[in-house]
Amino acid sequence: MVKKVFTSNRAVAEAVKLAKPQVVPVYPITPQTTISEYLAQFVADGDLKAEYIRVESEHSAISAALGASGAGVRVFSATSSQGLALMHEILFAAAGMRSPIVLVDANRALSAPLSIWNDQQDTISERDSGWLQIYAENAQEALDAVLIAYRVAEDRDVLLPCMVCIDGYFLTHTVEPLEVPTQEEVDRFLPSYNPYAFLDTENPMSIGTFTDPNYYMEARYAIEVAMEKSKEVLAKANKEFAEIFGREYDLVEKYRCDDAEIIIVAMGSVCGTIKDVIDSLREEGEKVGLLKIRVFRPFPREQIKEVLENGSKVAVIDKNISFGMGGVLYSNIKAKTNADVYGFIAGLGGRDITTEYVREIVEKTKNPSREIEWIGLKKEEV
Amino acid sequence: MEISEKEFLAPGHRACAGCGATIGVRLALKALGKNTVAVSATGCLEVITTPYPETAWDIPWIHVAFENAAAVASGVERALKSQGKDAQVVAFAGDGGTADIGLQALSGAMERGHNLIYICYDNEAYMNTGVQRSGATPYGASTTTSPHGKESFGEDKPKKNIPMIMAAHGVPYVATASISYPEDFIKKVQKAKDIDGPAYIHLHQPCTTGWGYDPSKTIELGRLAVETGSWILYEIEDGDFHVTYRPAERKVVDEYLLAQKRFKHLNEEERNRIQKNVDAICTEFKI
Repeated sequence: MVKKVFTSNRAVAEAVKLAKPQVVPVYPITPQTTISEYLAQFVADGDLKAEYIRVESEHSAISAALGASGAGVRVFSATSSQGLALMHEILFAAAGMRSPIVLVDANRALSAPLSIWNDQQDTISERDSGWLQIYAENAQEALDAVLIAYRVAEDRDVLLPCMVCIDGYFLTHTVEPLEVPTQEEVDRFLPSYNPYAFLDTENPMSIGTFTDPNYYMEARYAIEVAMEKSKEVLAKANKEFAEIFGREYDLVEKYRCDDAEIIIVAMGSVCGTIKDVIDSLREEGEKVGLLKIRVFRPFPREQIKEVLENGSKVAVIDKNISFGMGGVLYSNIKAKTNADVYGFIAGLGGRDITTEYVREIVEKTKNPSREIEWIGLKKEEV
Repeated sequence: MEISEKEFLAPGHRACAGCGATIGVRLALKALGKNTVAVSATGCLEVITTPYPETAWDIPWIHVAFENAAAVASGVERALKSQGKDAQVVAFAGDGGTADIGLQALSGAMERGHNLIYICYDNEAYMNTGVQRSGATPYGASTTTSPHGKESFGEDKPKKNIPMIMAAHGVPYVATASISYPEDFIKKVQKAKDIDGPAYIHLHQPCTTGWGYDPSKTIELGRLAVETGSWILYEIEDGDFHVTYRPAERKVVDEYLLAQKRFKHLNEEERNRIQKNVDAICTEFKI
């Protein structure tokens, strides 16, 4: 273990180097680009022995990743926003073909209007693709999540792709102190890749076939079973991760929730700000807690239910919007708990979620006037 | 030429009787042999050969989507390379998957120089979805989206010239071929295999359903295309262009056009226009 000060993009690149993928097809897009650049340099310097494919689009990045995975190697790709949307079609194919690809998405708003800044609309919009989704709060979590992602995705009980979601700029371009594990530690946690089914001239197999109504539902059901099973696999991986690296993770993180009268639910980098506000509010005598959703797919509904159903009021912060319905995390939370839940749309297109806004959310949850509120909206500009 | 009797595409698949695409794949795989990994674009070939839980492929095969066969093949090729495996990667895509929706991925793969063979099986329309016009549909052909009618004689644009677009990428080996000239095609596949780098073969193949002719006439139609100069067999090796087959005496285009339902609506003037276009191209190629 070495202490470093890195951006999350650099942290991700270090994790990828340690995970040793053999094929890395990537296409540049802000704010993911520096991940591709670090990896290109690692390959150029011989520090990462991988075939680096400079594809002509994100669609081809994920297609080449899926082809390479089908040919039996560990792969990595990274993208953001429009790039992830361009990958959309193949994301579903990757899950359906049970390909344990790991992809990092630098969360960024979707056009239009064109924005390079952060929200989580891009990955949230891929929630039904069959990929696991882990959201990182900081650079350390981003690095660790990549290693955990490979471990879980490649587990024979899972065999599903996994997306690690890191907030654009707030994480991708912000330096933070973190611990970079050694290769020896990572090798203990993440064994070398042993593909389950692959293109082999000695044992020919057809992968990605055409399926009529007699078999399609079963294939989709198998994904659902694997997704549910991945909760146990994640728990086991988190436990071993803690033993080797000393950092503990769960599908959710509870922060000062035990006696909380109001629990904020959120994902990603904003959780850092929320924790600070909670500390201040606690000093002021307010019983507020945070339930951080670290793994959004599979949705940790048992843990969510258990934490939220203590008669508390719940404020869900969404950096996304399902138009006509409200935030997606809000809808998901509301579907899985009987608690009193309010939704707050905030931080779209890079709008800061300040400590004042978090306080406003707490106030509005105490005295609700509407089920869904937009926070930080400039009403005069609408 | 001795053509291997070994088959790597099993019978019993779901192709129409008289399918030209499967003849092309069988010939290509005879030339490539067992140590080959195939990639298919979505399309007739993929659908007819892999109705789960069956497969006609006796070599490893992968399909992902319509427009990305070249990108998937790029990933397969690099993954094999990274494992020190020397299997030949071959991608099969139709004319829609090549000339239209897959052109970007193909351009990228060819320009990056992957060691793979890309074979476009060109039946000149979207046959899998029911004969819609593609960029490779020839002038005058009636398709379900370029139908002839009171104010239309069918497709009003010439066929997109994909082999020349590939040649412009500096691909070391580019060839056109026809399933009706198996020796010429097999030789070209073998050359493509021997080359270290990308190779592109544009394989013309009649389609009984889309072109409208009796299934027993597939090979004959393919020959007529070449013998009339409507399809020219050539190769471009490291930029060096050769015509690989010259008909002893070029037949009139009408023989080819009138044998197919898709051209039956054309009047004499329209057919003469096509003859003139063919003459101009053949003069250029000294055919």
